[in-house]
Amino acid sequence: MERTGSPRLNPLFRMQWEQAQQSWVLLYPEGMVKLNQSAAEILRRCDGERDVAAIVADLEQAFATGGLAGDVNAFLEIAGAQRWVVWK
Amino acid sequence: MTTPGPPLWLLAELTYRCPLHCVFCYNPVDFSAHEQELNTEGWLRVLREARELGAVQCGFSGGEPMLRADLEILVAEAHRLGYYTNLLTSGVGLNEQRAGMLRAAGLDHIQLSLQDSTREMNDFLSHTRTFDLKQRVARLIKDHGWPMVLNVVMHRLNIDHIGRIIEMADQLGAEYVELANSQYYSWAQLNREHLLPTREQLARAEAVTNEWRQRLGERMKLFFVVPDYYESRPKKCMNGWGNVFLTVTPDGTALPCHTARMLPGLEFPNVRDMGVREIWYDSEGFNRYRGTGWMKEPCRSCPEKEKDLGGCRCQAYMLAGDPAMADPVCDKSPQHQVVSDAVLQAQQSTPTSRPLVFRTPEESRRLLARP
Ligand code: SF4
Ligand code: SF4
Repeated sequence: MERTGSPRLNPLFRMQWEQAQQSWVLLYPEGMVKLNQSAAEILRRCDGERDVAAIVADLEQAFATGGLAGDVNAFLEIAGAQRWVVWK
Repeated sequence: MTTPGPPLWLLAELTYRCPLHCVFCYNPVDFSAHEQELNTEGWLRVLREARELGAVQCGFSGGEPMLRADLEILVAEAHRLGYYTNLLTSGVGLNEQRAGMLRAAGLDHIQLSLQDSTREMNDFLSHTRTFDLKQRVARLIKDHGWPMVLNVVMHRLNIDHIGRIIEMADQLGAEYVELANSQYYSWAQLNREHLLPTREQLARAEAVTNEWRQRLGERMKLFFVVPDYYESRPKKCMNGWGNVFLTVTPDGTALPCHTARMLPGLEFPNVRDMGVREIWYDSEGFNRYRGTGWMKEPCRSCPEKEKDLGGCRCQAYMLAGDPAMADPVCDKSPQHQVVSDAVLQAQQSTPTSRPLVFRTPEESRRLLARP
């Protein structure tokens, strides 16, 4: 399922780089998830401004590749179910 | 043994002082013997050193952490260092002014404890008149835009009200509700016969919780935890000894878990004498029960040993008399009978005639004086 609109990080979550774990993490009340690199790259771009197409384009440019739309949509669906992102 | 990873959680128990007197309190029963609190400087140093090691979640608890006048200073420093900051409070002392100061200091989240859905039971269980206050504080938390976790310790005396409790949490606008059955340590262990619910009560409470989950959807998350006495395998206590959690008690003693001080023959370091790095990686107290090397039978040769790490050391000590035994919750433990007897007793209508013991400094001193 593809969604239109602009996802942004749920304000109840905080994302930051953790030196000790050498990874991006999502922090929330009494918990933490460690993000893999692609999840982190997608979430960093969820600013409530860019829509999904713009996020995909941005990623494809940054990593000099194409055909990322499927992966991005799949991840955003999971992220939505986990309430990591909310949609505007 | 492989080198352990860094602690991810710092639990700063700022004080054992508390205006409430909960019958299930997890503070040690002898807390009145450890009242020499670390000062502000001491806590600031702990915050810095633990963050340097890699701790990222920071919980301020107690007792009642609002009783520390320097709470805002500590929260501000924790925030500056990059921790996600959690305040675990009974709500007493959290007024408009301090909420504003905590918000400005960068506090990320407040976990409010509730005792029950009715004024009578709340006030009885906490031995104080705090029911209306909790409602006010819940509103204050929402008004300041914090995510709110309500923590309700469940047990025999309030578990039948679980539907009302969930309804109340929803009205208050909580995002998460922890309906965790009391664990039988410290004061809850003293009061266990009063607190351990019947099998029937548990089944009903779970059914009600599931109905509410359907109704609430994504709006509010419910966590229901059954007492481990009703399980046949123990929990992986603290996610492994010295693995994730670093607890520092009010007097500066560092522990792998807040009840570990009860264990015999083990010295725990104090942050007044030792740096946090040395405490975490090198101290005897933190290394003793790391991994699986310390295990005895049946755990030593058990195929499940990595899964639960033999359960809880404190429970093994309390119920089997030796912290290196299997947690008697496990049905492979030779002492499992102790747990099944307690469960059997709980099925009776009046399991005990002994009075409830409230968590007060007077009771604590009385218990200490007991031979
Ligand atoms: S459980 Fe109750 S008495 Fe114990 S510290 Fe928490 S609020 Fe205070
Ligand atoms: S015997 Fe020990 S390791 Fe095996 S399941 Fe029981 S407690 Fe866990």
